Amino acid sequence: MNPLIELPLWAAWLVVALALCGGLLALTGSIGLVVLKRFYERVHAPTLGATLGMTLIVLASMVFWSLSEGRFALRDLLIGVFLTVTTPVTLILLARAAAYRDRIEGDAQVPPE
Amino acid sequence: MTASTVLFWGLGVAQALLLLAMLLAAWRMIRGPRAQDRILGLDTLYLNAMLLILVQGMRSGVGLYFEAALIIGMLGFTATVALAKFLMRGEVIE
Amino acid sequence: MIRAVLPHPLLAAGLFATWLLLNGPLSAGDMVVAFLVALIIPQVMRQLEPDRSGVRSPGAILRLASYVAVDVVRSNYAVAAIIMGRRRHIRRSGFIHVPLDLRNRYGLAVLAIILTSTPGTLWVQYDRATGSLLLHVLDLIEEGEWIDLIKGRYERLLLEIFP
Repeated sequence: MNPLIELPLWAAWLVVALALCGGLLALTGSIGLVVLKRFYERVHAPTLGATLGMTLIVLASMVFWSLSEGRFALRDLLIGVFLTVTTPVTLILLARAAAYRDRIEGDAQVPPE
Repeated sequence: MTASTVLFWGLGVAQALLLLAMLLAAWRMIRGPRAQDRILGLDTLYLNAMLLILVQGMRSGVGLYFEAALIIGMLGFTATVALAKFLMRGEVIE
Repeated sequence: MIRAVLPHPLLAAGLFATWLLLNGPLSAGDMVVAFLVALIIPQVMRQLEPDRSGVRSPGAILRLASYVAVDVVRSNYAVAAIIMGRRRHIRRSGFIHVPLDLRNRYGLAVLAIILTSTPGTLWVQYDRATGSLLLHVLDLIEEGEWIDLIKGRYERLLLEIFP
């Protein structure tokens, strides 16, 4: 470990708890990616990691850097904002592309345009 | 238990969870069955890698990992958008 | 007059904050550069001519933010429960059409972010001509319930914010 960084014990536990919950959510999302049966169900799974999971890990990082540098280190907020804005774009594009392909192939479960 | 042992082991476990998440996403990417499943797997892989690197930044105490995470996030976004576009049209550059 | 210097005040403020956040500890030099960035970059946007956002009603923004914060946590839990195998067999997922009254581009963008950020709902396609939104829902119990939720909880507030 880096000897420069000395956090109070409660802060270390807080950071670890936040990061663990975030990691657990991201893992749940990935499990969903594997166990869910259809593509349109699977698209929902990664949003777990991309929303609450990401938020918790970013929070952990902000708490960690703010305490270890002794000032408000909020730059991780940028990752949070960036991901919140981009995840909908990727997922919407992907879902539209999938719906487009399924319509061409005549999948009856996808409603027509 | 000192704070640095708690951080070292606790964040290590969090990293293990994220690594497992990456492996599962990679499995979906390899298995498919269709192109959109693979792209979804790749996107999840990117996302989990980014989170893993953020945690690594805390664990090692090196602030530079933040930049790495930011770049991975941006590249992942661009890559997924380009690939989704490709699914729609069959050509990336129109 | 003020529009000539600051065509998009919100964008300028966002750029200023982003620059300062990226550059670590606050210093006078960074403040000056951030100020210049916030002044110059929006001038570039002038060429792209985006619509004015015209955000209103800060009270509605706060209320919407608190609703979304609660819903994100709740739906994360719900989807995690579905994935971890509880209620996997009685669940039905499917597409629904939601007729939207919201026409403002920024309002629709925010709605897209909200619906994607709450796991369990996925925005598939929006038809600008009819205002109909195609949504995929992971746990589709009652179609009307989802439509009421989106229209009553989010769209009503978004119509207040983006008139």
